[in-house]
Order: sequence, then structure tokens, then C-alpha cells
Amino acid sequence: MDFNISKTQTLFRQMIREFAEKEVKPLAAEVDEQERFPIETVEKMAKIGLMGIPIPVKYGGAGGDNLLYAMAVEELSRACGTTGVIVSAHTSLCAAPILEFGSEEQKQKYLPGLASGQVIGAFGLTEPNAGTDASAQQTTAIPTEGGYILNGSKIFITNAEYAGVYIIMAMTDKSKGTKGISAFIVEKETKGFSIGKKEKKMGIRGSATCELIFENCFIPAQQLLGKIGDGFSIAMKTLDGGRIGIAAQALGLAQGALSETVKYVKERKQFGKPLSAFQNTQFQLADMETKVQAARMLVYNAAWKKSQGIPYSADAAMAKLYSAEVAMEVTTKAVQLHGGYGYTREYPIERMMRDAKITEIYEGTSEVQRMVISAMLLK
Amino acid sequence: MKIIVCIKQVPDTTEIKINPVTGTLIREGVPSIINPDDKGGLELALRLKESHNAHVTVLTMGPTQADAVLREALAMGVDRAILLTDKKFAGADTLATSNALAGALRNLDYDLIITGRQAIDGDTAQVGPQVAELLDLPQVSYLENLEVKENNLFLLKKQTEEGYQLLEADAPLLVTVLASSFKPRYMNVKGIVEAYSKEVEIWGFDKITVDEENLGLKGSPTKVDKAFAKGIKGAGEIYEMDPEEAVGMIMRKLKEKYII
Ligand SMILES: Cc1cc2nc3c(=O)[nH]c(=O)nc-3n(C[C@H](O)[C@H](O)[C@H](O)COP(=O)(O)OP(=O)(O)OC[C@H]3O[C@@H](n4cnc5c(N)ncnc54)[C@H](O)[C@@H]3O)c2cc1C
Ligand SMILES: Cc1cc2nc3c(=O)[nH]c(=O)nc-3n(C[C@H](O)[C@H](O)[C@H](O)COP(=O)(O)OP(=O)(O)OC[C@H]3O[C@@H](n4cnc5c(N)ncnc54)[C@H](O)[C@@H]3O)c2cc1C
Repeated sequence: MDFNISKTQTLFRQMIREFAEKEVKPLAAEVDEQERFPIETVEKMAKIGLMGIPIPVKYGGAGGDNLLYAMAVEELSRACGTTGVIVSAHTSLCAAPILEFGSEEQKQKYLPGLASGQVIGAFGLTEPNAGTDASAQQTTAIPTEGGYILNGSKIFITNAEYAGVYIIMAMTDKSKGTKGISAFIVEKETKGFSIGKKEKKMGIRGSATCELIFENCFIPAQQLLGKIGDGFSIAMKTLDGGRIGIAAQALGLAQGALSETVKYVKERKQFGKPLSAFQNTQFQLADMETKVQAARMLVYNAAWKKSQGIPYSADAAMAKLYSAEVAMEVTTKAVQLHGGYGYTREYPIERMMRDAKITEIYEGTSEVQRMVISAMLLK
Repeated sequence: MKIIVCIKQVPDTTEIKINPVTGTLIREGVPSIINPDDKGGLELALRLKESHNAHVTVLTMGPTQADAVLREALAMGVDRAILLTDKKFAGADTLATSNALAGALRNLDYDLIITGRQAIDGDTAQVGPQVAELLDLPQVSYLENLEVKENNLFLLKKQTEEGYQLLEADAPLLVTVLASSFKPRYMNVKGIVEAYSKEVEIWGFDKITVDEENLGLKGSPTKVDKAFAKGIKGAGEIYEMDPEEAVGMIMRKLKEKYII
């Protein structure tokens, strides 16, 4: 077993840390405060290949592995949770399923744009009545001459307004249950497709989370992803990969809050000494660090397994479950150690705490992760 | 157009501490980086690669660990990387370093040689100009901007204390650049992924054209007499008073300290 990070990973981390520190962190508070999608950051990320890390070079990507990708989301989220999820949803939920399930023509048509970051990707599974129970899809795609007619709506879709390509799940044959769900690649310019209400959120406020509305949209047959009826399975496999990204986002948020706290407790003085001199502070920090390291091991392990082609579904679920809960715990403790200052927007800690909460909810709630893990044990 | 950028691996001096007893630098645990001015040089070269299809070679002299800065340069987009390393080069001062670099440059093709203005550890700003002299090349130091006019003719903007100078020079020439003038790009992800599968050429003494006498400790006339940390001065005192009072106060203080 080799726990060393490789020379390539070292070089990558050096770059991504500097990028996050200089380009992402200075915008984080403003992006949150103004609920503003940081499009200029996406352009900068695109320029250096961060929007196509695990996409092969022949499709315009960087040819990296999932570990580099997880490190990228981790380091970006350490500075700004919004930026982390933009990359994660784009890469894991849109580019990855096209790479994994798309035809050669689909890969050639869509991946270069996505990998270069010229086009942002999104993924639409959730509906008002299909959340955790994703099989309850009400959006329909009825076969017609040369394609399908898509009708319905999706909610809570990350990157919605800014995306150019969407992976959309819809019912093609209700009588077949989950086997009647199919996946489609939908382009922004499709007639009858519009963006609905934008959510006002507790955290990751810069990421655009909106409703998608489909009214008699014609989707050409060439844009069916995988085979007819494969949609549910594609969505579940896509989320397995996506969970590594969200786990990395949670890890980054936890690490970010911990690093800020270590700095703060050394500076802030009460009773004539720095907070770091109190044993309670020391023990809290020790627990936080231990949990963050444990989360990191789970995240990197799941990412590594995915790149090795080893089944990783339960590993990704464990990584996401644990990292998300650690992120919530560590950011909450970080606010506590900052006292009243931590509760104000003078410090990034309260934002990190708000950002952390979503990692326990999207791409499968913590309850869903427990279902996946126990199903693996009890099968 | 062929460009060679000389880069130096330096300790990140923002993280360096000085041993208060011996006065020497504590290098342990301090990360090594590309000298900031040299990164500016790489940026200039890579811009010329994009605009004029230039071929960019990066050259460093140093121990085998200096390989790391060459990988970083490859990840930024340079085409070729050469590491000058040999026991014979060890212990070099600026002159011996310049001799080794010039020895390698004699065996390379170039229209433009770019060095940083100065290294953040040695801080002498001598190597660039010395290399130019050794190769008998025109040199423009403190470069702020460079335009390619026509074949082999460059228009150069040079920083001076009073302002700037605009100069024209024919290739081949050597320029020394400032980090502040060419904000370096980040390494790109594809470049990083490929950096360690690319070749870094290792050049020893036998690959370069120079007299052995002029290399390493033997070729180094500089002798370090003593290294010491500057003592920290006490904080100044601030007085607010009108100018007339102030003159009297300053005079009194100077007399108190027997300065006047
Ligand atoms: C900011 C944000 C971004 C999002 N981005 C996307 C996106 O890009 N694409 C997309 O498709 N979706 C997206 N979502 C949707 C997200 O994945 C869902 O919100 C999530 O899956 C939960 O579904 P729900 O909100 O309907 O909650 P519900 O399913 O109503 O769950 C409510 C609670 O009940 C629990 N629960 C439900 N069923 C069970 C059960 N069987 N056993 C035990 N507990 C259960 C849940 O765990 C949860 O605690 C996003 C959501 C948000 C808030
Ligand atoms: C007084 C003094 C004594 C020294 N004594 C010793 C000694 O005994 N032993 C020892 O090992 N070192 C010694 N050094 C360090 C050695 O001189 C430097 O490594 C080297 O000469 C570069 O000088 P500099 O850092 O001042 O670079 P500068 O002249 O400030 O550098 C200008 C530019 O030259 C180029 N350049 C400089 N060095 C290299 C390089 N190695 N490869 C490629 N390009 C380069 C870069 O582009 C750089 O930006 C000494 C330095 C000084 C100032």
C-alpha cells in the first residue's frame, strides 16, 4: 500500500492551491452575498483545463484521473463551495455520463466543448415529486418520427441558467417502471425549453439552481444517451461518480474551516492568552483534524478505485456520507471557536457552515447513502 | 524563432527563517520554487510561442532536484527542458554559474535568451548580464515589454529609474525580465498530467563548451566571509507637532545621541 502522493499529484496540488488562493478565494464572499454565478472564474478554470480534468485528451480533456479531479474540487471548495459544485456538477453529472454511456458521435460532438469549458454541463433528474424517489419521474419523452417529444419539468438543477448541455431523465414507457426511464442529451437552444424559477438558497448561493421547463421539445433520436430504458441505471451510475465530487466538496469545506480556525485561535486572546492555549480548543482541533484526515482517505480511496476500474459505488457513498457529516460538524465547531465573530460575515466561517449543509442533501441525502452502504452489506 | 529561458530553482524566501545563532538560512522544509522573475521570463517566451510560433527551451543549472522546476515549466507549456548538472558545477558563484550557462548556450540554437532580472535568494542580478558578455551578445536588462518588429528585429521597452527607454535590437540577444511585467500563467492540467512522461535532458560537463577552470568552486572568485542576519531595529517613535517645534526636537535628539 502506497500512501505517497505522486509527483504529478504534487505538481497539480501546487497549481490548484495557488489558483484557489489567488483567483477563487478573493471572490467567495461576494459571490455568496450577491448570489452571483462566478462566470469569470469558470473562464479562468476553462483556460487551464480544470473543466475537463478526467476527460481523455482525444476528446479535448486533460487526460487526468479521478484523484486529480477530486483534489481539484477539494481545493476549490476549500476557498469557495460554490466554485466546487460548479465544477463537480459539470464534470461528474454531464461530461462523465457522455463519456461513459455516449456513442462515439455523441462524445465527439459534446465532449470537446464541455472539456474545454466553452460549454457548461448540467444534469436533471429531480422533479417536484421525484426527489429521493427518483423513479417517480413525471417528465415524459414520447417517441415520434426521428426522435422524442419531451414534456415536463425539473427542479433544483445546478448550473441551469449557464449550461449549454443537459443530461435529462424522462419517462419513455411508464408501464415499465424504472426500466421505462431514458436519458437524453438536451441542448440549450432546443425549442420549447426554458429556465424557470431560480432558488434562493441557504448556501452555495453563487451556484445557479433553477427549474427547467420542457414544452413539446423535439429531441432528435441521436441525442438519446445509452439505450432506451437505460435512463435510471445511467442516472444511478452517474450519481455514484458524482458523489466523489460532492464528497470532495465537503472535504474542502471542512479543511477550509479548520485551516481558518487554526489561524484564528492563535490570534484571538481572552483571559490574557490565545484561545489556542485552552485545552478545550486543542481537543476540539484534534478531533476536527482527525475527522478531516479520515474523510480525505475515504474520498481519495473512492476516486482511486474509480480510476482503477474497481467497483466503487459503496465506497463513494461512504466517502460522501462521512465527508458531508464531517463538513457539517467541523464547520459548526469552527463557528463556535470563532465565537460571535464566526457568526458574522466578517469571517468566512458562517458561509462555510451554510455551504456544508447541502452536501448532506444533494446527489443522494445521507439517508440514501446509508441505504446504498447497507444494501452492499446485506445483499 | 528559438527562445531559451534560464530559470533558477530557489527556496521560497517568503517562508524562510534564519538561524539566529549561525546567521545561516534554515533551508529544511522550505519549498523550492521557480525564481519569480524567471517565471515572468517563461511567460514572455510562451506568449511568443503563441503569437510567433516560437520554440521554447528551458535551461537550469542545479542539483538533480532542480528537475522539479523543469517539470513545472513543461506543465506551463515549454517545448524542451535541459538540466545542467555535474559535480564540476558545484559551489559556483555568479561568475561560475554564468560560465556554465554560457557553456551550454554555445551548444544550443537561439534567437533570444531570457533570464530573470535577479534571483530572490542570491539577489545579485549578475547572471543575465554576465552570460550576455560571455557570449558577446547585446543585452537589454529590466525588460518591461517586447515586440517582434520584423524578421530578427525586436522593439524593447526597458525600465529605468526615471521612466523607460525604447530600444531596437537584432537577434540574437539576451534580455532580463521582471516578474511584475509578465504575469505568469498557471500550469495547465494537461501539461501537468504529461509533465513527468516528457524528457528532461541531463547535460554534464562533457555536453558543454567551456574551460573547466571557470566552473564550480574553482571558477568562483567570490568568497563568503560571513553571513549574518540583520539585527532588528527598535520601533520608531512618532511625534505630532508643528514644524518649528519639530526642528528643535530633532536637534535635541541628535545631540543626545552625540550624532551632532
Ligand atoms: C442546491 C441544490 C442543488 C441540486 N442540484 C441538483 C441537480 O443538479 N440535479 C438534480 O437532478 N437534482 C439536484 N438537486 C436535488 C437533490 O438531489 C434533491 O433535493 C435530493 O435528492 C433530495 O430530494 P428532495 O429534495 O425531494 O427530498 P425528499 O426526497 O423529499 O427527502 C426529504 C427527507 O426525507 C428523507 N427520505 C426520503 N425518502 C426516504 C426513505 N425511503 N427512507 C428514509 N428517509 C427518506 C430524505 O433523506 C430527506 O431527509 C439539488 C438540490 C439542491 C437543494
Ligand atoms: C556572494 C554569493 C556567494 C555565493 N556563494 C555560493 C557558494 O559558495 N556555493 C553555492 O552553491 N552558491 C553560491 N552562491 C549562489 C550562486 O551564486 C547562485 O546560485 C547563482 O550564481 C545565481 O546567482 P543569483 O542568485 O544572484 O542570480 P541572479 O544573477 O540574481 O539571477 C539572474 C538570473 O540568472 C538566471 N540564473 C541564475 N542562476 C541560474 C541557474 N543556476 N540556472 C539557470 N539560470 C540561472 C535566472 O534567470 C535568474 O533570474 C553565492 C551567491 C552569492 C551572491
